[in-house]
Formats: sequence, structure tokens, C-alpha cells
Amino acid sequence: MNEYKNLTLQGLWHNNPALVQLLGLCPLLAVTATVTNAMGLGFATLLVLVGSNVTVSLVRNWVPAEIRIPVFVMIIAAFVTVVQLLMNAYLYGLYQALGIFIPLIVTNCAIIGRAEAYASKNPAPQAAFDGLMMGLGFTLVLMVLGGMREIIGNGTLFDGAELLLGNWATSLRIELFSVDYPLLLAILPPGAFIGMGFLIALKNVIDRRREARQHQPAKEVTRARVTAQ
Amino acid sequence: MSFRIAPSPHGHVQRATSDVMRWVVLALLPGVIVQLVFFGWGVLFQLVLAISTAYVCEALCVQARDRAAWPVLKDNTALVTASLLALSIPPLTPWWVIVIGVIFAIVVVKHVYGGVGQNIFNPAMAGYVLLLVSFPVQMTSWLPPMQLSQYSLGLWDSLHVILFEFTPDGYSVEQLRTSVDGITMATPLDSAKTDLSLGYTASEALQKPIFSDFAGLGWQWLNLAYLAGGLLLIKLRIISWHIPLGLLLGLCVPALLQVAFAPDTSIGPLIHALSGATMLGAFFIATDPVSAATSNRGRLYFGLLIGVLVFLIRTWGGYPDAIAFAVLLANMCVPVIDKYTKPTAYGHRRES
Repeated sequence: MNEYKNLTLQGLWHNNPALVQLLGLCPLLAVTATVTNAMGLGFATLLVLVGSNVTVSLVRNWVPAEIRIPVFVMIIAAFVTVVQLLMNAYLYGLYQALGIFIPLIVTNCAIIGRAEAYASKNPAPQAAFDGLMMGLGFTLVLMVLGGMREIIGNGTLFDGAELLLGNWATSLRIELFSVDYPLLLAILPPGAFIGMGFLIALKNVIDRRREARQHQPAKEVTRARVTAQ
Repeated sequence: MSFRIAPSPHGHVQRATSDVMRWVVLALLPGVIVQLVFFGWGVLFQLVLAISTAYVCEALCVQARDRAAWPVLKDNTALVTASLLALSIPPLTPWWVIVIGVIFAIVVVKHVYGGVGQNIFNPAMAGYVLLLVSFPVQMTSWLPPMQLSQYSLGLWDSLHVILFEFTPDGYSVEQLRTSVDGITMATPLDSAKTDLSLGYTASEALQKPIFSDFAGLGWQWLNLAYLAGGLLLIKLRIISWHIPLGLLLGLCVPALLQVAFAPDTSIGPLIHALSGATMLGAFFIATDPVSAATSNRGRLYFGLLIGVLVFLIRTWGGYPDAIAFAVLLANMCVPVIDKYTKPTAYGHRRES
């Protein structure tokens, strides 16, 4: 299989950072109360992941193995600072909504995990692509979880999208149903844990179905009637 | 005459799950009747709503899991779960609250974990916590006991409030909660907690009309009725005495100490034991055979843990009553309790 196709499959499905590796759960659970927040944090993580993967891959031959972790962390921290300052400058509303979880991207194990497991052993183009796919996989899970929690908790989708996409995005807001009393549990952290559990279960079910379909024994053609000669 | 040799355990009482659960429901009846007397017809409608929702959910789940429906439906566990949840929520809560709670309890807490005997959390209490966290206003709108209430609610009035949130005369639950002198009434525990947090001493806090009897008007008889039902269950050996005793000790001993050392901040062990959901929790909720500890010594510790947690949350926590939270926290500790209280088999030496 082509290396890039393999990376895509790994990042989006088979080795998805959120659903399979279960890395970076802290931001995943903390900021997914709405799709907008989830998307904002997902893209921030994606940018950091691509940047750090490329840089780590470029310097991999000069970094002694003994001190590689501190070096990787410094690289990641530098990119997080860049992203944080950019968001502060251009997406101030979202910056305030995400709060401490932007600087906390540094501690997202998914990023240092990719730096250590892939980028430090592979050339830059592949590393960049790996970062992109892992970041996309992470962002998609964040968005699905955010969507679930927003629908169940508030009955809306894309509430506050203008914080991320500019003023035209106010028209994106969809009100599926209006509730007098929101189901607070879905918006609070326990809802994130329960939703995450269901997403992982769903992925396992899909995997098992597919496996069962592939391993179906080939139908043996048996003779309907065997008569003695 | 033939002597059949059967392997152990040589139990003489062979009760099926459905019998056990039926007895639990029967033992709830005195409490249900007292609750009806003091809090009106709403209790009955909540029970009907909860039980019918529970059976529908149970049937759908069993169907989805490809199991035989009949044995699961007739084992009465859904009946117990639904009754406990319906009895723990305020009687005039809107209908969708209890429906959401029962769906969560049966589908997520019970069947997702594998159905009867597999759930690690007490389904009724997990449902209750979901509701309390999600709908704090509805879940704390307890009416005052009938004799303190300004309005009397008939059968039709109660049903109307549950379905449409207003009586036919247009009173909301909030208005119904006011007493004769126009003050919104709280439960005994709620009222005491609020007063203590406002800086009143305990003796001042207990001057409220809700405390005009020995341990909270209405609530004391409710708890005594559940105590009677619980003692019946112990007498019939449906439940063992370890969990209730542990729970009551864990709650009352710290309360006694508080009376001795800080009398102004303590509402005393009697009110602790006969208010809120103490007796319902001690005899019916904490004794859930699936999610509780399994050995007798373990059960004692399990009960003690719940009691102490209830005392701590009631005294210093954010909620006036705490049975549900305490039971769920103790459910999480069950594997540890079971590990360290494993009884030694006969003939083996205790490891040390």
C-alpha cells in the first residue's frame, strides 16, 4: 500500500488519536460543548501537529537520543505559542472561549506521541502528512462529539460559529429544537465522557462488522444429494 | 428413600430474582402509602409513568440485544429501579423528567453494561444524579407536606401539573410550594442547610414550622414507614442487615460527635436518620444486590462508607441530601472493598 494512503487510513480511522490511542482526552473532553469550540481547538491542534512534525523530522538527525524529549517539547511549545498569539490577534472571541486549553495543547500527548513515534524516524514530507492526517482525525472526533453534545444539550448546531469564521457565519446557526430546560449533563464534563464512550463503542462495532464481513468463509459448494453409484 | 448428594452451596431458600424483587416492591408499599398521604397523588402518577417507561425501555433493549424478552421482563428488576427513581423525585415534577431519568437508568446504566447483574452502578441512583445535575430546579421543587400547604391538590390537579406544569386554576409548582404564610417551603434538610449557612445556630434553624414534630413534618413518618418495610426485608432475609446498619452507623456516629463538639452547627442524628432519603437509601437503594459489595464484612464497610459520605456531603457539601452521590461513589469503591474483604475459605489460613 502506498505510504500516504496508509498514513491517511491510520490517522483518520485505524489509529485515530482520540478514538484508538485515547490521547489528548483532556482538551477533547473539556472544550467540546459546542461544535465551534471543538473546531477551533481541533484546527489549533492540527496546525501545531503539522508544524512540530515537520520541525522534528528536519532536526531528527542532529538531536541526541538522550535529550530528544525536552527538545521536542520545546519545539511544540514554540508552535503552541505561535498559534496562541495568532488566535489572540485574529480570533479573540474564540480565544477567550477556549481559554487555558490553547496553551494546554503543549501537554497534548497526541502531539508528542506523533513526534516521537513517527516524525523522529521519517523524512519531512511524510511527517507533515502524518501530522495533517492525525490532526484531521482528532479534529473530526472533536467535531462529532461537540455536535452530539450541542444537539442533546442545547438543540442547536454551530452556535457561535462567528467566533471562528467571521460575521457571515451567524447564519450557520441551526436550531433543531428549542428547549426550556437544557439537558445540562450533556454540556457538563460527564456528558463528554459518556459521549466519548459511545463514540468508541460505535467505532468498535463498525470495525467488528467489517471484520466479520471480510472473514466470512467462502461458500463451499456442496452437492445437494449424494447418491451411491 | 434416597439421599441426593448435591454440591455446595446448600441453600435452603431458593428464591428467584423475580421473587426477591417482588418482595422489595411489596416492602416499599408502606412508604408509598405514607408518601401519598403527605405529598399527594403526584407520587402515584410518577410511579405509573416510571414503571411503564421502564418496561418499554427494557423490552426494546432486550429486543436490540437479541435476548429472550420474557425472562427479562418478568424478573421485576425494572419494576424496582423505576419505583425507586419515582419515589426519590419530587411528586409534581414534569412528566418528561422521570421519563428521561428512567430511559437513562435502564438503557445506559443497565443494558449498556450488560443487563441484569452486570451493572456496576445502581441504575436508579445514576438516573437520579443525571436528573439532579441536568434539571436542578425541577428536581428540588419538593412540596411542603399537605398540612403546611396552602393549596390542596386533587387527583386531576396533580395530573394536570405533571403534564402541563400548571394546575387547571393556573398555579405553577413554584406557587404551590408556598406555605400558608406565603413563604416557599423547603424540605427539612434543605431548610436546615440554608439556615445554617446563613449563620443561624442549629436550635434557631430547627424553629421552622417544618420541624414542628420530632424530625421534620411528614418526612419522619415517611422514613419510619421505609424503616418498617426495610425491617421486613431483613426479617425475610431478602437483604442482610450489614449495609443498612453500616449506613446508619456511618451517618449517625459522626452526627453524634458533631452534637458533642459543635452543637450549634449540628441538626443531630435523629434528623439525619429520619429526614431526606436516609431510610429509603439504607434499606432499599444501597442494598441493591448487584452493585453493592458481596461479602458480609465488605457490605458493612460499604454501608459505613455511604453513611460517612452522606454525612460529609450533607454537612459541608453543596447538596442538602446526598444518598445518590454517596451510593454512586461507594459503587466505584466496590471492587477495592471486595478485594480486601474476601472471606477466607474453610480450612485455609488467612493471608497476612
